[in-house]
Amino acid sequence: MNAQTPGAAFNPQEVLRAQVRWRALEIIFWVATLAPFVLTPNYLILCSQIAIAALFALSLDLLVGYSGIVSLGHAVYFGVGAYSAGLLAKHGWGEPISGLLFASVVTALVGYLISFIMVRITHFALIMVTVGLCLLFGEIANSLHDVTGGDDGLQGVKMWSIFGIYRFDMFGRTAYVYTLVATFLSFLVLRRIINSPFGLSLRGMRENQRRMPAIGVPMKSRLQVVYVISACFAGLAGALSAQTTQFVALDALSFQRSAEVLVMLILGGAGRLYGGLIGAAMFMVARDQLADMNPQYWYFWLGLLLVIVIIFLPNGILGGLAALIDRVRSRRS
Amino acid sequence: MKKVFAGIGGMATAMLLGLAPAQAQDTIKIGLIMSFSGQFADLGTMMDAGVKLYMKEHGDTIAGKKIEIIRKDSGAAGTAPDVAKRLAQELIVRDKVDIIAGFSLTPDALAAADVFTESKKVAVIMNAATAIITARSPYFARTSIPLPAAMGALGTWAAKTGGAKKTFTMVTNYGPGIDSEIAFQTAFKAAGGEVIGGVRFPVANPDFSAFAQQLKDSKADSVYIFVPGGEQPAALGKALAEHGVTPKTVKIFSSGELVNDEPLKSMGDAALGIISGWSYSWTHKSDTNAKFVKGINEMLNGRNPDQFAVSGYDGMQLIYKALEKTKGNADGDTLIAAMKGLAWESPRGPVSIDPETRDIVQNIYLRRVDTVNGKPQVVEFDKLDAVKDPVKLQLKADGKLNPDGTAK
Repeated sequence: MNAQTPGAAFNPQEVLRAQVRWRALEIIFWVATLAPFVLTPNYLILCSQIAIAALFALSLDLLVGYSGIVSLGHAVYFGVGAYSAGLLAKHGWGEPISGLLFASVVTALVGYLISFIMVRITHFALIMVTVGLCLLFGEIANSLHDVTGGDDGLQGVKMWSIFGIYRFDMFGRTAYVYTLVATFLSFLVLRRIINSPFGLSLRGMRENQRRMPAIGVPMKSRLQVVYVISACFAGLAGALSAQTTQFVALDALSFQRSAEVLVMLILGGAGRLYGGLIGAAMFMVARDQLADMNPQYWYFWLGLLLVIVIIFLPNGILGGLAALIDRVRSRRS
Repeated sequence: MKKVFAGIGGMATAMLLGLAPAQAQDTIKIGLIMSFSGQFADLGTMMDAGVKLYMKEHGDTIAGKKIEIIRKDSGAAGTAPDVAKRLAQELIVRDKVDIIAGFSLTPDALAAADVFTESKKVAVIMNAATAIITARSPYFARTSIPLPAAMGALGTWAAKTGGAKKTFTMVTNYGPGIDSEIAFQTAFKAAGGEVIGGVRFPVANPDFSAFAQQLKDSKADSVYIFVPGGEQPAALGKALAEHGVTPKTVKIFSSGELVNDEPLKSMGDAALGIISGWSYSWTHKSDTNAKFVKGINEMLNGRNPDQFAVSGYDGMQLIYKALEKTKGNADGDTLIAAMKGLAWESPRGPVSIDPETRDIVQNIYLRRVDTVNGKPQVVEFDKLDAVKDPVKLQLKADGKLNPDGTAK
């Protein structure tokens, strides 16, 4: 990716520094996220949900794409975050920003506890356990009908205005600004983590789980740390969802949500920082448009679309584009 | 370099989102939020058939304005109230609809309640049956049924006339299930019966064997059952029949869903004798209903209508009649005011919209499953006239009901 000039002395700091540097296209990407305000002001609610899904996918990317940990139960953290933020607001503290922090701390704690199980297992067992945990949390929320509202959903979530000025309006203006800012700030943090020596060691573990301990990397503690970070940001995404919709449904903890976020990530391209963001946007827009076109059988078209994309672009949209560029370049040279 | 494409991808997405629909002056747009897919898809199909039939019979223009329907699916995830809420917001913000209707399940309607209050748009509930829904927004009107109205009547009848002493209740664990459980149990106890146990099963629950066994083990002489429509009534009916729970061994009381055509088919003769208290069956004898049944038969290749179809039909009827009254003015406050007190002859009998609560007032029929022409079928044998929702009557008596019908 960041190829060294042949002959030049290898300088690891330089490699890391080059990764951290902002590229013009990244800046264009983030500027483009402001376009909906002008171009599609009627779609801001969807945009805010895309931003939330993107953050959620990004948090999963840290595990799946960068650390090589498979998870089919990431909705646990989304749900815990959503319910913590929702319950806090329901019981009298509706201030959004402190609510976000509260929810992410709660989720990080849950992630910390679960991480003790996670670092002990790998591969298929990991899939089983994460799915199991997801079902477990879903059922707990369902059975705590008095607290969570069960299948009726958590009602009575009332959010205060942001800074006491901007209330969450029906058009989704505040919601989109709020989620976009939160997602962008989270992205900055995650980008920094991924491009740090710590992030590099995660990629090392993904590539070779045996060699990393041999060169002195404490695998288990690193995995625990990354697990907690990932949980924390997934919880943040959940909290954003609870706050902007002022509602939490059991669906926040569902297996379907876990599966969907993985699909988004794979669709965009795992381990590519922007993969989750692009994947989330593509998935949500496709779903929205297809469901409008055919309310009865739209899942068929969504399924077909996913199969086609994955057959032709096994590494996701970004992976496919990267391969394309490589081919064009090699032909030129 | 791949970041280039990340940027382009983002731009493309933003462009794609720019396909906003055009606006027209002389149309009234109605958004339908229903479960068109998933476990409760059949319910959406039936409601939509009712809507289509009414529009087929009465045309798509009212007071000189064209009626346009926009359909949205809320059913993909089973129950996803946040989806229903988002769809309601999008219909109003994006599609600029004037009226919203549908709502298969209670959580969907409750989640979206604030949206209607804020946007001042009328929402007609065509199924969701928990009593409290209409009290959550002053812009709700309902054409289906407030469950406690029917279930209270059934509970009283079960203990007084039905000969049930010890009963067991089986309901779905969400708003309407709990609502109907309370209504039935309260009425049953008040009439001298004893409730010896009960189960609540999850909303998305495909198999009922374990619950049927629990009922059998409880040694109750009767059981009360509520399940929402869709695939569940048939699955539950089958489980009961398999465990030997039939009206011959245990008296079965239920809401209307369990004795719709599909579940009756899968239960066969095991269903004979089930008593239900409900607002509609296609076997109801009236000219209006005969015409309605014929219309739905034609539309759905011979299938008979159920309560979902009749609620969809009456929902459209309510909207049409109210728009007629306001001369095509679909402004929320004007329209809801026009809906209050409207009365008409529905396929289920005379109905009206209670001006105080905006909920439907209708007859509740007591029916038994009997063999008619060699097939199990629902037969009405008694009725209660113009039943109002007891829950909101209680709220009113306690002084907890605002003048606009919302709860304090």
